[in-house]
Parts: sequence; structure tokens; C-alpha cells
Amino acid sequence: MTATFECKGLSKNFGATQALDGVNISIAPGRVVGLLGPNGSGKTTLIKLANGLLTPSEGEVLICGKRPGPESKAVVSYLPDKTCMPLWMNPVQLMAFFQDFYGDFDRQRAEDMLQRLGLDKKQKLSQMSKGTREKVQLIMVMSRKAKLYLLDEPIGGVDPATRDYILDTIIRNYDPEAVVIISTHLISDVEKILDEVLFINRGRIMLQASVDDIRQQYGKSVDEYFREVFKC
Amino acid sequence: MDWTFNNDMPIYTQLVDKIKLSIVSGQLPPGEKLSTVRELAAEAKVNPNTMQRAFQELEREGLVFSQRSNGRFVTEDMEVIMEAKKAMAQTYIRSFVESMEQLGYTGEEIISLIKGEKEEDKK
Repeated sequence: MTATFECKGLSKNFGATQALDGVNISIAPGRVVGLLGPNGSGKTTLIKLANGLLTPSEGEVLICGKRPGPESKAVVSYLPDKTCMPLWMNPVQLMAFFQDFYGDFDRQRAEDMLQRLGLDKKQKLSQMSKGTREKVQLIMVMSRKAKLYLLDEPIGGVDPATRDYILDTIIRNYDPEAVVIISTHLISDVEKILDEVLFINRGRIMLQASVDDIRQQYGKSVDEYFREVFKC
Repeated sequence: MDWTFNNDMPIYTQLVDKIKLSIVSGQLPPGEKLSTVRELAAEAKVNPNTMQRAFQELEREGLVFSQRSNGRFVTEDMEVIMEAKKAMAQTYIRSFVESMEQLGYTGEEIISLIKGEKEEDKK
């Protein structure tokens, strides 16, 4: 079976700074994966490489066996670490925009989520709070029926109740063929919905293991284990 | 069902224990059809693969069985259910006795304390 997401000897440096150093990862379809690491460990760089927003210094990234390009972008749904939507639009216009660009956009799913979170479809994004904008963007991203979801800090800026709803949304829209990669610091919140975790530090993958294996082996949650490994 | 989890154990084993408790207590009666893995995963807010693994374990222990295309059911074999109940009781007793021993009580003292507690309940 072709891995949905694969990195082979992937390195990226920005001048003298080595952001990623010989990363090898392979993720099979149907997995929900947490990309966990301290600030500046290379999480966002890895996700940007997977999206083709950066090019590797060495090695390669493969999405369903192919390098990032138009074909991979059609099956990858990406939530950037910063909101980047046209601020003059309202959610109705934004849905039309996504529908135009992505064949796999499910408008009904987006409408349902907007309603469930009580968001005003006619309000311009520029008039929304930062948190509300983040919710809207996540709804758009999760409304695609993609093969790979790359979520860079999806729950960082929202309140705990919305956080629960978002995680719930990820489980309910779970597709046995899709892979979800979530980069976050809020480990205890996401731990239950993850199959496996990748610990990344200083541009290297330190650990790829299943959540339950970590709990079994160390008798503690992934959150507690992370705190121990990355103790300052 | 109560879907809270401890930090010191794998999530799937905790799911196994919770579902097992529902079966041996009769909350999920013999022969009852179970919700799908997806539904239960959403209810418990856990990863569907983790729920799947819990069911595989319960199937291995004979407490649930799946019928192709029909779904999953609680076993109708009372013997298996009673055995699981007994095993759970033994686990509880072991951990209780261990805690009591840490407090410095011995076998006979523990038993009389339990009896005393039972008398209190009756009053």
C-alpha cells in the first residue's frame, strides 16, 4: 500500500539554520497523527514542505507517492498557522470561493458546521474576532473530502468548548482512507483522538509511536511523557 | 457510559474495561446489538481505530461477536459473562486488599471492617 504521507531523507536549511535534518516518516491511510515538538522544532517547516510552499534542500516529500504539485494540492487540505482568507469576504462568499477551487469541497458540511457554531454567514471576515476567523477557516478546511489534512495549530486560538467541537468534528468526519496530521502544543486535548505521535526536536524526528504504546510502556499520558522528554 | 480516562493506562484497555462493565452489569444485555465503532468512537471522543482495537479485544475474550454485514452483538453465553464478572471482581478485590495492607490492616481485620461497614449501611 502506498503511504499517504512520506518523507525520505528530508532536510531544509535557511542559510546557516538547519530547520529539518534528515527526516524519514511514513504514514499509512486512516491514521490521525500528532506532530508534537517545542517551539522552533521544525513542525511548520515540515508542513510547508508537504504543501510545496517550501522546497527541500535535500531529500523529498511524497503525497500518495507524488511530489507536491497540482495533483497533490487537489487532495491535501491545509490549515496554515496564520489565517489567510480574503478579509472582505463573508462565509457565503468564502464557501463559493472554496467550491470554485476544490472539487472535493462539501458545501453542506460547511453550512452545517457554521450553523452549529452559531456563526453569521453574512458577516464580513474583517469584522470578526481573531478566534471566530480561525473557526471559519477550520470549517472550510475540514469541509473538504481530502486524502491528507495538514492542520498547523488548529486549536491554539479557540476556547475549550469550541476546541472540543473541533476535535469532535475531526472524529466524526473521519475517513478510513484519509490521514490527518495535527501539529500542536495542546497535547492533552488531542491525545484521545490520535493514533500515533511524532516527536520532533531541532529538526529531527525523535520518536514515532502509537499513543497507547507510550501509555503502556511508560505508564503515563503522552502529555506527561512529552513534558518529561522536553523538560527545560 | 462514563467516558473519562486515566493517564496511566492505554486508552483501548480502558475502553475494554468500560464496555465490559456495561456487559457484566446487564446495562448491555446478552444478545444486544452494539452501536457501530464510528458512533461509539464519536460518543467517547476517541480515535475510531482505538475503539476498533477495544472491540477486537472483547471479541477475542468472547464477550462480543460480529455477524458479517449485521453488526456486533453482546454474547448470549452467560457462562462467559459470569466469568468476566468474576475476573473483574477479583481485580477490584486485589487492588482493595493491597490498599488496605498499605494502611496496615491484615486479612481478618479487613473482613471485620467490611462487615462493620455493611452493618452501618443497614441502620
